[in-house]
Amino acid sequence: MKRFLGFVKKEFLHIFRDYRTLIILFGIPAAQILIFGYAVSTDIKNAGVAILDLSHDEITLKLTDKIISSGFFKKTQTLLNYDEIDKVFKKGKTKAVIIFEDDFGKKLISENKASLSIVADGSEPNTATLITNYTAAIVTDFTTELSLPGSNNTLRINPDVKMFYNPNLKSHFMFVPGVITLILILICALMTSVTITREKEFGTMEVLLVSPLRPVQIILGKVMPYFMLSFVNVLLILALSWIVFDLPVKGSLILLLAECMLYILMSLTLGILISTVSSNMQQAIFISLIGLMLPTILLSGFIFPIENMPKIYDYLSSILPPRYFIVIIKNIMIKGTGFMYIWKETLVLAIMTLVFTGLSVRKFKIRLE
Amino acid sequence: MNEKVITVHNLVKKFGSFVANDNLSFEVSSGEIFGFLGANGAGKTTAIRILSGLSKPTSGEVTVAGFNAYRQTEEIKKNIGYMCQKFSLYEDLTVKENIILYGGIYGMKKTLIRQRLDELLSKLHFHEFENRMISDLPLGLRQKLAFAVAVLHEPKIVFLDEPTGGVDPITRRQFWESIYETSSGGITVFVTTHYMDEAEYCDRISIMSEGKIVALDTPDNLKKQFTSATIEEVFIKIARPNHLEKKKVDY
Repeated sequence: MKRFLGFVKKEFLHIFRDYRTLIILFGIPAAQILIFGYAVSTDIKNAGVAILDLSHDEITLKLTDKIISSGFFKKTQTLLNYDEIDKVFKKGKTKAVIIFEDDFGKKLISENKASLSIVADGSEPNTATLITNYTAAIVTDFTTELSLPGSNNTLRINPDVKMFYNPNLKSHFMFVPGVITLILILICALMTSVTITREKEFGTMEVLLVSPLRPVQIILGKVMPYFMLSFVNVLLILALSWIVFDLPVKGSLILLLAECMLYILMSLTLGILISTVSSNMQQAIFISLIGLMLPTILLSGFIFPIENMPKIYDYLSSILPPRYFIVIIKNIMIKGTGFMYIWKETLVLAIMTLVFTGLSVRKFKIRLE
Repeated sequence: MNEKVITVHNLVKKFGSFVANDNLSFEVSSGEIFGFLGANGAGKTTAIRILSGLSKPTSGEVTVAGFNAYRQTEEIKKNIGYMCQKFSLYEDLTVKENIILYGGIYGMKKTLIRQRLDELLSKLHFHEFENRMISDLPLGLRQKLAFAVAVLHEPKIVFLDEPTGGVDPITRRQFWESIYETSSGGITVFVTTHYMDEAEYCDRISIMSEGKIVALDTPDNLKKQFTSATIEEVFIKIARPNHLEKKKVDY
């Protein structure tokens, strides 16, 4: 055990002595969160909105006026019928269309409720969600103003939000879970594969193997510091996303951290596997970056919803661990669901961890033969 | 000199149908400097890996430091030191940190490590370097230090796999002085090398070719046997034979 601890300490020294490692470990995640955080939370200004007013009464005019004068939106066009929606979106300047139903004002007065639809251009998911949320907020504000104080009749306007082009856009902050998913697999897999291939390249691996340290101890000793630092990283990212753009963890924090640990473990075993198939650091970096980063960004559902992909990509992405973790982390962070809803994904990740471990052990043994 | 620290009897190592070590037999005595020569691909590395407990023989009897190479590889590892051509030290750690690390890996007590560190530093006139990074040291110093680290835990045998590759002649000379010193202290030195002048420094040498040991004796006897002036000539006759000469050697 003492031998092992000395070895772990040495690995920490490697990490803290190399500023590049530190930048990759902590600088990049922080930068990513900040970049994405600000990109997402920036207020919208003068977003193009078109109005389709089928009722055209005093109340709809007032509400339109309130929306347009809020400063967030600017009216691009007044539409006459539904067919024009597609056209106006294709022109590109309009990001959302607000539709008042027939007899909007009358219904609101006689039935105390009316509905309006907000159709947003889902091809820009962040703008779309922001616009719909802002509009909905303005509408709520408007109804409270209209309702006379003291009266029992609370007026209700139901905003019906629809996404054009991207109907499955679900979560508000899809980026934080995505960034955590991407960062963790990248850092864990990249760092472990590099640190192990480095020992191979410098010839120190031979010396370690000849020493009384067991191969398991060597691998664990190399991986343990990264496990700890990655966990610190998770806490850092969560804290940052909470501070910078108020993204709380809706579900159980403990469950989230436990799932993160599993995912880190999976990524580390993947890193070990990469190190067993690559003979030098360049190769390890290449495999980690090209083999993990691009597929994670493109196919895991981080940015592009899997539901909208052609079937072949859907199948392809099912071998990517991030796909499952994204579901887990989104569920816990944004929807606040419990373990019952994510046990399948958790199981997949656990199985992947075991498979990667098994493969690495086999590869390692062959090398020792 | 009579105690045998390595005994190898009919060692065979196969990878599939390829025979890397074909029926090797030799013994190495305690305190001996044993040279292990052969062209690339002759099977030296395979043999060293088996002797150092990294891989298991296919058949034959192998005992290292009194331990069985099939079952007691962990025990073997505790009793040997190892240094390879690429320096086994971590460049981003200091001299002291490297020594503490390796001492710790071999389970040495802290006080003992400290004591050995001091001895070493004063012997090599190294004190000013204690807290320097290895990457700041000149090549010759690094190499001496790597060797010192390989014998830090006072192993019975130290394996040196081409330890002087890419080093200038003066440094090599100095390096061999420390090898002599170590061997006079009772540690057996098992060394592979490409430099034939170095082979002359060994007590005995074995020359491998195509998986077999084709010659094994003291350098002087070998030179007599092959009527050559230097070991280099012996080596060329044995390891790179044309077909006529090969028949003569292949007994």
